[in-house]
Amino acid sequence: MPRSHLAIRESFFPPTLQSRMSLAPSSTSQSSTEVATKQVPDLSGRFGDFGGRFVPETLTRALEELTLEYDRAKKDPDFQAELNELLHTFVGRPSPLYHAKRLSKQMGGAQIWLKREDLNHTGAHKINNTLGQALLTLRMKKTRVIAETGAGQHGVASATACAHFGLPCVVYMGAEDVRRQKPNVFSMRLMGAEVRPVESGSKTLRDAVNEAMRDWMASVEHTHYIIGSVIGPHPFPMMVRDFQSVIGRECREQCLTSIGRLPDTIVACVGGGSNAAGMFYPFVEDRSVRMIGVEAGGRGPSAGEHASPLTFGSPGVLHGSYSYVMQDDDGQTSDVHSISAGLDYPGVGPEHSYWKDTHRVEYTSCRDDEALGAFDYLARNEGILCALETCHAVAKAVEIAKGMSPDQHLVICLSGRGDKDAAELARLRGQQW
Amino acid sequence: MTAIDDLFAKLRGEGRKAFMPFITAGDPDMAFTCQVIELLHRLGCSMAEVGIPYSDPIADGPVIQASYTRALGKKLKLQQIFDGISGVAPKVSMPLVSMVSYAIIHRIGPEKYIDAAKGAGFAGAIVPDLLVEESDALSRICRQKDFNLIQLVTPTTPRERALKIAEQSTGFLYFVSVTGITGERTELPTDLVDRVAWLRERTTLPICIGFGISKPEHVKLLAPVSDGVIVGSAIVRMMENAATDQAGALAKIESLVKSLMAAL
Repeated sequence: MPRSHLAIRESFFPPTLQSRMSLAPSSTSQSSTEVATKQVPDLSGRFGDFGGRFVPETLTRALEELTLEYDRAKKDPDFQAELNELLHTFVGRPSPLYHAKRLSKQMGGAQIWLKREDLNHTGAHKINNTLGQALLTLRMKKTRVIAETGAGQHGVASATACAHFGLPCVVYMGAEDVRRQKPNVFSMRLMGAEVRPVESGSKTLRDAVNEAMRDWMASVEHTHYIIGSVIGPHPFPMMVRDFQSVIGRECREQCLTSIGRLPDTIVACVGGGSNAAGMFYPFVEDRSVRMIGVEAGGRGPSAGEHASPLTFGSPGVLHGSYSYVMQDDDGQTSDVHSISAGLDYPGVGPEHSYWKDTHRVEYTSCRDDEALGAFDYLARNEGILCALETCHAVAKAVEIAKGMSPDQHLVICLSGRGDKDAAELARLRGQQW
Repeated sequence: MTAIDDLFAKLRGEGRKAFMPFITAGDPDMAFTCQVIELLHRLGCSMAEVGIPYSDPIADGPVIQASYTRALGKKLKLQQIFDGISGVAPKVSMPLVSMVSYAIIHRIGPEKYIDAAKGAGFAGAIVPDLLVEESDALSRICRQKDFNLIQLVTPTTPRERALKIAEQSTGFLYFVSVTGITGERTELPTDLVDRVAWLRERTTLPICIGFGISKPEHVKLLAPVSDGVIVGSAIVRMMENAATDQAGALAKIESLVKSLMAAL
């Protein structure tokens, strides 16, 4: 589908390409002509033109400190050993790579494999990142953690990591998401986290990020903000990608063992984009592997009906970094919609923008109704209830698999389990829960 | 030389300090914003800072956020702001500065934003989410066009970095008094006066202090060590009911500004 011109202004100034280029003073590269590499970001946090740091001066020192400490931790064998041990014994990694034979046969195309992040402790990939950042919190001698959450998976994973390490935790969550993801709110509170519903704006993930940032502005000297996706100012997009890359690294090894070679195609859903970034990154330089990110297509391509910035948006600044975003002609962030709270976000991680413009990853979008169809399909044919976010990847992946041959292999990142969505699904269908 | 440079040269020559109120553009509409600007000028304010409403202002507290939300809720567009300002700017001799997110400047295009802002009558811009590292391109354009790019120093800024920011800033340096978001505070940090004084000895650039200032005592404490004080949320709060009672809002602003200016 061609890039929509929905957001293009009619009055005032036409948006120009020059304005985009002049935005990137620290980068002279033109990512659209580049070949994607794993050697990103640069020292200023740029993935090609994307990324950087667009935050108030108040946060600079904490971001510098975090960059330094993360760099030290990365090179520290003790840190790596502690994190790996936790991932193994507390999270249950490695997560299996499961051959969905029945589903594959029914589709009559490629062999479909599921990377089972839903089997992790807390039921999603989010825990990979929160344990890493909680360890960093302790290393930086910070005594309090804040987090934002959409679907509640990152909130639960943050509450879990904080309970494990004995850190106080405050989770900001849009009031609309508190309503539609109740089981996760309850879990967070059970583990001692304070959930603060956010009533401003659209009452969803974007507003939760705003409130968490505001908290951090005042508490930055003793508090660490565990951002849950590959968004935000440098070093967050890089660091969260690194912590989530355990998904892709394991998957790569498992494919070599189980299939005897790399997969032909990998599909993952993209909201902020952390499960997709963790899955894709280790394969970026494996040119034979086709990668597809699936955004939330909502009710359709009209403005405000979806949450697909890579498909329909334009480059802009939101929440501390430069990336594709849904915005109006004045640069105001547009309202977005998705049936899944975790994908209901107007921005996306800057590395995804880089992968889009370098054509390394293809991005498409999947409507609410298609995602709901995939939920039922996977439940009835494979016995797996998967998260509504993940359903977007499943729906597009089975379509793609149909066009492939049975000797080809397609991997879906099954990023989370669907228990949290049961009540909302029942409500949408007018059924009793 | 911009109008801001002229202002501080004059104030310093007379041994006076700047009083700089912040108001939101378009809350509840530009006609009211222009009335407030004329009022502030009549009351003898040195300069006015005009906030361009933004959908996701992470440096702003509840009062300014709510004000931005009200303005954007009425579909306020940037063009309307510039149209309104260009009507009122010739009527007031005090400089006007826009407080604007980089998200907006980027979308319009830095050069075009500055041309339009300057054309409307703004003398400079404060871009609270543009760090000194990211500001080179915009800074260059501003210098070419004789438009001030006012940068910010905060309590978490290390001293060396503060000096670097002071070098890059033009017009004046915005010294953020507290670690946190905008909004009235009962008390200001105890070491604030010392930190401003330290920096003031090392730069010739005027230094104005903002964030959290809401009481005459604050003004009395900070005016001697700085070149001016900025008051935002306390004034914007007076505009909360302007949609239904403009005269009442104007009267409240007048009485607050008078009490704060008396402490200068």
